[in-house]
Amino acid sequence: MAQRTPLYAEHVALDAKLVDFAGWDMPIDYGSQITEHKAVRDNAGMFDVSHMAVVDIHGAQARAFLRRLLANDIAKADEIGKAIYTCLLNTRGGVIDDLIVYHLADDHYRAVINAATTEKDLAWLTSQARDYDVTVEHRTDLATIAVQGPRARELAGQILDPKLAEQALKIKPFRAVVDGDISVGRTGYTGEDGFEIVLPGEDAPQFWRDLHAAGVAPVGLGARDTLRLEAGLNLYGQDMDEDCTPLESGLGWTVAFKPTDRDFIGRESLEHLREQGVAQKLVGLVLEGRGVMRTGAVVRAGGSQDDDPANAEGAVTSGSFAPTLGRSIALARVPSDWGDSVEINIRNKWQPARVVGYPFVRNGESRIDP
Amino acid sequence: MSDIPKELLYTKTHEWVDNSGDGTATVGVTDHAQSSLGDLVFVELPEVGDKFSAGDVVAVVESVKAASDIYAPVAGEVAEVNEELEDAPERVNEDAFGQGWLFKLTLDDESGLSDLLDASAYQAVVEDEEH
Repeated sequence: MAQRTPLYAEHVALDAKLVDFAGWDMPIDYGSQITEHKAVRDNAGMFDVSHMAVVDIHGAQARAFLRRLLANDIAKADEIGKAIYTCLLNTRGGVIDDLIVYHLADDHYRAVINAATTEKDLAWLTSQARDYDVTVEHRTDLATIAVQGPRARELAGQILDPKLAEQALKIKPFRAVVDGDISVGRTGYTGEDGFEIVLPGEDAPQFWRDLHAAGVAPVGLGARDTLRLEAGLNLYGQDMDEDCTPLESGLGWTVAFKPTDRDFIGRESLEHLREQGVAQKLVGLVLEGRGVMRTGAVVRAGGSQDDDPANAEGAVTSGSFAPTLGRSIALARVPSDWGDSVEINIRNKWQPARVVGYPFVRNGESRIDP
Repeated sequence: MSDIPKELLYTKTHEWVDNSGDGTATVGVTDHAQSSLGDLVFVELPEVGDKFSAGDVVAVVESVKAASDIYAPVAGEVAEVNEELEDAPERVNEDAFGQGWLFKLTLDDESGLSDLLDASAYQAVVEDEEH
């Protein structure tokens, strides 16, 4: 049987459409994905992301361990309360997972990792931790609720304990505050402002109901996917995996090559690749006409006369309809030397698409020319 | 459980057919179909005058999740299409059996209607899928 989060009964009570997601029974929507998507862009929405694993790393050598383990440099978060987004790499530079790591207290860091990769991540962390004085603890007792949207912080602030709320409302993006087993990070996966709140599983249902009563809309994983795609945020397993590096996945900015003497796992492979030249890149696409670019669709260079989809050198890693833009957008992996015009194979027809910078949407506003 | 009006005819591929009795029929997708597809974002309709045999792909409805072909339930010529869906595909989600109709066919002959399912037979198809 699939695993259930502490909020499962809430989803059932809200008449959610439940699907299996990485072995968890999760809400895909509560009736309308587009309505939920817009609630986050216009007001505030909440997501049960308790299927993602919370992993606490404690110990005198926690910082040294994470500087070796992560492609981004945890030294950027030496100040307590700071967080970094980073990839976890294998020795070939392939991406084992992407994660946010918060510095919560002296010698205490908290990583939030993907549901589908939890077991392999924990095995990797545990094996790499052997040479360090650290403990790696999977906090299965905790739940995570993301509250996102222009009014998310204000509304969540009404529900949090007043003292914690006062602190939480003061923090800058990519920072966190902590009070016992509750941590509040000003982070998210939607391109909107908001919080990701980790709290004891037993307290999560009441917190969820209070947020709902305050006017925060429940939002399923369907809208979470269109929101993150509009925000130009990668999804592990689609936009990157162990067979490609951050440099081929639009994530070069998350790899800290400086200082040059920090020997993180995967560094040697990435430096070698950089010298050789990276053959592929991740680009943003906007479809010129109607229709929807779907994940897996193949892409050819603009003006190509080769109609055989099997010969296409590019592919959509994440594609969908963008509710905020009213048209289809995608992330696609293509040869590094391609220009700004491509064609995508949709239902056996080649349709023109334009290469654009992403995010496609930030803070509710389109960043794409019409 | 989705609503399944008694007075309509159905296909296994989740189209509904409203036989007007004057040689024309209105076609749409069922409430069950729109619910499975999720929010529709595009509807691609045929041209008036296009001719189809039963089982031909007539239209495409595309949701946030997936694209789905719509088949001609019976042979005929397209007499009218629901142009409102061009700008408001969500009508299909809101009112699948009413304002969300897709197109009207002038039937080649009415005999093809006898191959369609009645409400109870369609109900069985839906229940089969849900279990």
